[in-house]
Amino acid sequence: MTSSTQPRLLPADFSMRGRSAESGRSAATPPVRPPGLLRTTLARSRVELLAVFRSRQSLVFTMLFPVLMLVILGSIFSGTVQGTNVEFRQVFIAGVLAAGVMSVAFSGLAMNIAVERDRGLIRRLGVSPMPRAAYFLGKLVRVAVTTLLETLVLLAIAVLAFHLPLPADAQHYLTLAWVLPLGTTACALLAVAYSSLIPHAGAAAAIVTPPFIALQFISGVFFPFGQLPSWMQTVAAFFPLKWLAQGFRYVFLPVGFQRVEPAGNWELGHIALVLGIWAVAMLVVSLLTFRWKSTRVH
Amino acid sequence: MPTPATPMSAGAGTGPDGDDPVVVSGLRKSYGPFRAVDDLDLRVRRGEVLALLGPNGAGKTTTVEILQGFRRRDGGRVSVLGCDPAHDRRGWRARIGVVPQSTGGYDDLTVSDVLRHFTALYPRPLPVGRLLEMVGLAAKANVRASTLSGGQQRRLDVAVGVAGDPELIFLDEPTTGLDPAARREAWELVRFFAGRGATTLLTTHYLDEAQALADRAAVIVGGRVVECGPVDRLGAAHRSGATISFRLSRGQSASSVRALFPQLAVDGAGQVSWESTAPTGDLGRLLAWAEQHRLGEITDLQLRRPSLEDNYLRIVAEHTGQPPAADLAGVRAS
Ligand SMILES: Nc1ncnc2c1ncn2[C@@H]1O[C@H](COP(=O)(O)OP(=O)(O)OP(=O)(O)O)[C@@H](O)[C@H]1O
Ligand SMILES: [Mg+2]
Repeated sequence: MTSSTQPRLLPADFSMRGRSAESGRSAATPPVRPPGLLRTTLARSRVELLAVFRSRQSLVFTMLFPVLMLVILGSIFSGTVQGTNVEFRQVFIAGVLAAGVMSVAFSGLAMNIAVERDRGLIRRLGVSPMPRAAYFLGKLVRVAVTTLLETLVLLAIAVLAFHLPLPADAQHYLTLAWVLPLGTTACALLAVAYSSLIPHAGAAAAIVTPPFIALQFISGVFFPFGQLPSWMQTVAAFFPLKWLAQGFRYVFLPVGFQRVEPAGNWELGHIALVLGIWAVAMLVVSLLTFRWKSTRVH
Repeated sequence: MPTPATPMSAGAGTGPDGDDPVVVSGLRKSYGPFRAVDDLDLRVRRGEVLALLGPNGAGKTTTVEILQGFRRRDGGRVSVLGCDPAHDRRGWRARIGVVPQSTGGYDDLTVSDVLRHFTALYPRPLPVGRLLEMVGLAAKANVRASTLSGGQQRRLDVAVGVAGDPELIFLDEPTTGLDPAARREAWELVRFFAGRGATTLLTTHYLDEAQALADRAAVIVGGRVVECGPVDRLGAAHRSGATISFRLSRGQSASSVRALFPQLAVDGAGQVSWESTAPTGDLGRLLAWAEQHRLGEITDLQLRRPSLEDNYLRIVAEHTGQPPAADLAGVRAS
């Protein structure tokens, strides 16, 4: 039997159960570089998006919660915020937009990663030659698309049902254009880092949801932030949700509202700084602690 | 069957390190105080299929996962395709294929989506259509992976593991949960890669699988390779060639035959058996004895060569101090 031909069809191969290095292709071919970050990120992004749009269950679950909150609480809340002529409902809408980002980018993603780790997907990617960053970038793409979708849905409801006035000038849209992606990135990287605390998928909701709910209460989603006890404001200021909500308030509320913000102004620089620090810190933590092997299943 | 004079050792093999895709010496790994792998030596030669056998908890998965760069070792020397798996280079990962012990789940994607995805991660993958055919999932290409049966999911899993057309394949119990026909298909897959010159390290509890696929087998007990050699000569150094047995007729005494074969054993049912290193000569003497006592036909006369299972169970029993039957139950249950 010649050693140069490569077997191509299954039945034919059985006769040549070659045992020496010469009979295989392994020794003959020089090593090839595995696909790089760009190609593998595209491959990851493709399956991430396929999964998002095929799995209505997870899409609906993570997107529906903020929508329900907006519809129900938006219909209940009335009156203006003390010391301003701004309707509290508008303040609440800005808060729900921020909570929506966190719901999708943090809760949704952390649970998604926990499930993928349980199912052995992560370990299979871990033994492939994929650059590991491609997995995280794919998650960012997934989350970017879903948070954008979530924000658009919430905004549509806010405008159509609750007559939220949209900002009129480019300045506010420009701010939205960096607050939304920066907040999404910070929340997503927080999710990646936080996923290491989840022992198995069954525990994911219990570990992810309580801190998220607590953060919503102390970050000015359900109550005007300026009216919260100052210790609560201080605690909230360490976490991204408060800053994200503040950014959305800048975008969607009249300029005058900044009088009742604790700092007396919008602190756009601080928003960028805190969200940026969270993103970088969580990236570092993720790189150091991310578990590529699944927990033992048997 | 010739019996080698010396026991096969793990290290007995060809050439220097550089030739062999897997070279392990003195490997150690503990989980807390428990030594899961304890001074393990193993060598897999290029192009061979090596079966890794051993009871539950023997340390097979731990060993294989260290070789995959998946677990850190506590000590010992390991070379896989000429690299230390702990360095975990991308170019190195592209050359190995891994099918872990637990089946993966790929929700929401179709079978061909999953394979298209994994092939995109490798520099020189097998075509998706080909992989589908190889694992017998061509008809399920456009079905969601989550709706596959357990055995079909395992087959998809195997396809994912070999998507990159690996040069070295780790299969950890690849056929557990497959129906007999699917097992045969998986075997063909192993042979297919062997035919391409790939090296395979196959963990299995099915001895017929080891017999059918492997060139050599290594038995791990208590985190250590206790026996390694060609499958058909496994345990050859410690065993005799065959077992001869027959049944005494009613009222017949074993004493006259015992005079000929002092090592024989008689059980309650009158079953006489002994292990013979020279079965041809023993049979000749037995037949002469029967002739002499005018016994006519000897009831249930058998000459049995030990099966791989017999040898395996004996090896395991020898190293665990448990009777073979208990182990047999363990193996079958898994
Ligand atoms: N992560 C871990 N933490 C603690 N103990 C572990 C861990 N992984 C394995 N062990 C223990 O190490 C021993 C060897 O396990 P391993 O999975 O390597 O065995 P195995 O030979 O593959 O068994 P099986 O045939 O059941 O798959 C077992 O006693 C197991 O309980
Ligand atoms: Mg195992």
